Amino acid sequence: MRPRKAKKIVFKSAEEMPLMICSVGHQTHNLTGAWRNIRPEIDLERCIKCGICWKFCPEPSIDVVDEWPVIDYDYCKGCGICAEECPTKCIAMVEERK
Amino acid sequence: MVEIRFHGRGGQGTVVASKILADAIAKEGKWVQAYPEFGVERRGSPVVAFIRIDGRPIYDKSRIYAPDHVVVVDPTLVEAIDITEGLKPGGTIIINSDRRPEEFEFRGKFRVRTINATEIAVKHKLGSLTAPIVNTAIAGAVVKILGLARPESLAAAIRDGIPIKPEDNVKAAEEAYEKA
Amino acid sequence: MRKVIMGNHALSYGAMLARSQVISAYPITPQTQVVELLSEMCADGTLDAQFIKVESEHSAMASCIGASVAGARAFTATSAQGLALMHEMLHWAAGGRHPIVMGNINRAMAPGWSIWTDQNDSLSQRDTGWMQFYCSSNQEVVDTVIQAFKVAETLMIPAMVILDAFALSHTYEVVDVPDQALVDRYLPPFKPSIKLTPADPRAFGGLTGAEHYMELRYKLQKDMEKAPALIEETGREFGKVFGRELGLVDPYLCGDAEFVFVTSGTAGFTARVAVDELRAAGVKAGNLRIKVFRPFPFDRVREVLGKVKKAAVVDRNCSYGAGGIFYQEVKSAVYGRPGMPPLIGYVAGLGGRDITTAQFKEVAADAMAKAKAEEEIVWIGVKK
Repeated sequence: MRPRKAKKIVFKSAEEMPLMICSVGHQTHNLTGAWRNIRPEIDLERCIKCGICWKFCPEPSIDVVDEWPVIDYDYCKGCGICAEECPTKCIAMVEERK
Repeated sequence: MVEIRFHGRGGQGTVVASKILADAIAKEGKWVQAYPEFGVERRGSPVVAFIRIDGRPIYDKSRIYAPDHVVVVDPTLVEAIDITEGLKPGGTIIINSDRRPEEFEFRGKFRVRTINATEIAVKHKLGSLTAPIVNTAIAGAVVKILGLARPESLAAAIRDGIPIKPEDNVKAAEEAYEKA
Repeated sequence: MRKVIMGNHALSYGAMLARSQVISAYPITPQTQVVELLSEMCADGTLDAQFIKVESEHSAMASCIGASVAGARAFTATSAQGLALMHEMLHWAAGGRHPIVMGNINRAMAPGWSIWTDQNDSLSQRDTGWMQFYCSSNQEVVDTVIQAFKVAETLMIPAMVILDAFALSHTYEVVDVPDQALVDRYLPPFKPSIKLTPADPRAFGGLTGAEHYMELRYKLQKDMEKAPALIEETGREFGKVFGRELGLVDPYLCGDAEFVFVTSGTAGFTARVAVDELRAAGVKAGNLRIKVFRPFPFDRVREVLGKVKKAAVVDRNCSYGAGGIFYQEVKSAVYGRPGMPPLIGYVAGLGGRDITTAQFKEVAADAMAKAKAEEEIVWIGVKK
């Protein structure tokens, strides 16, 4: 089971709030992968290393390591765009196990 | 306070003439305000510019309706429009023209002076033969006739404010100052 | 240095002397020369700033916001329809607390298509959270730009420096252009405590739920409430450095006045001449020129009006269905306070129609003939 790491800051007073509405180190603590209920899994046997999944990922949480796509599950929200766009259909969306 | 109105045609440098004059007068420690007619000017169409001069800061930001003097940069405007509109009785009308002052007739009592600024501008090769830029020559005549500023102040204002042929413009202003 | 410059260039000199680091603007009559001169200054190295060309006023303000959030001092200028097109971004600038300074040349809103002055363009942006300074001379324009950066950056609230189309923008006046070394002493570099930088990654302007939004706006209001005192303090400091004090209001002969005009913009200076003429004719008149409209100088307005018998608020604007906008504000300033004079509202000079000393005398005669305050707005110089 994945730990739920999405974190929300609630200020107790106007005084302790910053003037500007801004999130501090947003991406380092707000692991949006916790929002996911289906996950993409890549069958590297059929992957042609075209990079389309990397290009289309809106988050972006697909990296390319040594030409191969690698999904960062800390941030992947499970939208499925990569699976939709993959020309060889080697990405499958599978249910998260709670 | 002295208020002057300038009549010219778009492209002759009428607005620049009022600005150069304002600059020259300001160099002598006086307060000035100069502005063009608030509109959209086109080359060749009649344009108007104004200048206010005073020994203290000028607070009146409304337009000039009854000038003390009128300067006519383009002689053809004398027939085309009423250049004496609102002009105070006894006011001076300075016209860029090769004619003598007596040849002009206006309704009302005004002092008329002429200066052949076009000839001076052509001589100093300012602008082209068909469209000479007469503003610095006009300015030279105006400061002399109305006693507004010393020729050195006008020369300094021309050198500060006119990037093209400043020395020829200074000479034109000086010649007009002598002749006026 | 004493120079004869037009109001538009007074804005440019102010932005230059303040050492603006990013300038982004889209040209519109009568603002064009402001940016023309600034772009020349950027091109020839007089001003060490990034000049960003954009395709609209909306983008001009958006790039100023981007520059400001990255810690740069940002300046822009616009007018009328251009300001209206910026409207959304004005909320972003103020809500995001980005201390941008903008010059706005007051130009009447179209249609009828107009390039001439009135205040409806800037007053339509009243509630965006920007400070608004209405200037009456080119000297005040250059001085106010410098002061506005100081106030804006202290409070992290953007500021508009506003001047009348043509009556200032295209009018040459004698201006004492401040010395750069003195400006540097008066206005330190912009150093925001929070900014966009890769060393400290943040996301700005994100979704803000009901649990925080109200606090953000509460803070904006509270900081706006600090602005009047800060404007006066920095205005006095300006006086010490440059010999010209800058305030919230500019009362002229109000001390013993029985009747005062309440004015703004260039009409606020023409009114002084009318006051002199009325005094010469034996009328104890005065003029209360309001320079800062946001924050509204409630205390200063009450101080002056509490001592007079009658006041005529002359507006070069109109909130249709309510009347002059300064009039509404002045009424709210005196509401429920004892000893305040009756107020009468006048609308004049819309769309660049001239406001003359004769019109001010007409206003004075009308106001003095009226026994009490009237709801009806009096239109001056209109062909009924």
